[in-house]
Amino acid sequence: MEQTPEQLEVRIWRGKDDGQLVSYRVPIRDNQTVLDIVTEVQRLHEPSLAYRFSCRVGVCGSCAMTVNGQPRWTCRTHVKKVAGEGLLTIEPLRNLPRIKDLVCDLAPFIDKWQQAGAPFDATSSRKDPPAAIDPQSPLRRTADAALQCINCAVCYSACDVVNWNRDYVGPAALNRAWTLINDVRHGKRQQTLDKVFSEGGCSNCHSHGNCTRHCPVGLSPSESIVGLKRAAFSGLPRDK
Amino acid sequence: MERYLFVAQRVSAMILGPLVLIHLGLILFAVRNGLSGAEILARTQGNIGWTLFYGIFVLSVTIHAPIGIRNILYEWTGISRPASNIIALLFAIFLLTAGLRSVTAIY
Repeated sequence: MEQTPEQLEVRIWRGKDDGQLVSYRVPIRDNQTVLDIVTEVQRLHEPSLAYRFSCRVGVCGSCAMTVNGQPRWTCRTHVKKVAGEGLLTIEPLRNLPRIKDLVCDLAPFIDKWQQAGAPFDATSSRKDPPAAIDPQSPLRRTADAALQCINCAVCYSACDVVNWNRDYVGPAALNRAWTLINDVRHGKRQQTLDKVFSEGGCSNCHSHGNCTRHCPVGLSPSESIVGLKRAAFSGLPRDK
Repeated sequence: MERYLFVAQRVSAMILGPLVLIHLGLILFAVRNGLSGAEILARTQGNIGWTLFYGIFVLSVTIHAPIGIRNILYEWTGISRPASNIIALLFAIFLLTAGLRSVTAIY
């Protein structure tokens, strides 16, 4: 006789703001991720369940959700790591308008990215030779340390200041601005620094560190924001 | 504007740090024989050093505290930025007036 696999109780948010948590029972499998669970519920129990994902390997940043109260990238979060009591509660990200079930509207997050000075301003064209950047130069190393953001909005969701201050642009936008300010190829470094210090900018950060604690790719937006705050005194960072 | 307020609050905090420590030390020293108005005035009247000390203290507090109040009001009460600006400015005027009045009164 075939043995019934062990079951996990999963509660998933259904609806928009006035929705509710609905319970499902999903078999526990080896190497199961939270995204696998959501997909299984959608395929086998609840075809109308709305959620967002794309690459499933931690590159695209689409599948972030709130898992047992904490924002996480669900495709790289193993169930074993988070479902300690055999219960998994999956909700949409905090601090973003909800659309349906687990899907949020990312427009405010992206808009604030632009607001904090995100567009790169090229100082040369494709006809020019590539800029010679020493990978070991202090500016480049500082910029490199803050790159590789996948725009998953986990930090934005984790940040308490975003939660209580409607104008605060958030950690990802400031982290992005910090990479540009340290990029000598960026033509508007001073303008980016000025934008970072406008209303809703880096001076609103309370240094809680939730962004760094939750960043799935191990970046430290807190450190980038500290760099920006330091620039309030010293101006644009320079290669020493 | 935000940048200047940010810098002003940090710089005033740097000034206030040692001043607060000296002020606390002075309190401990001043109350060793009980606290009396006569003893305070004996120390401060005609003393330009203490007058300058507390004058700088008052100016630093006038800069530091209202900037914090401005942010706390905006973040925690949901009032608009212009409203938090006005309340913070009124608070700064109060601190400056009351503080300098005290400093000049004991000189």
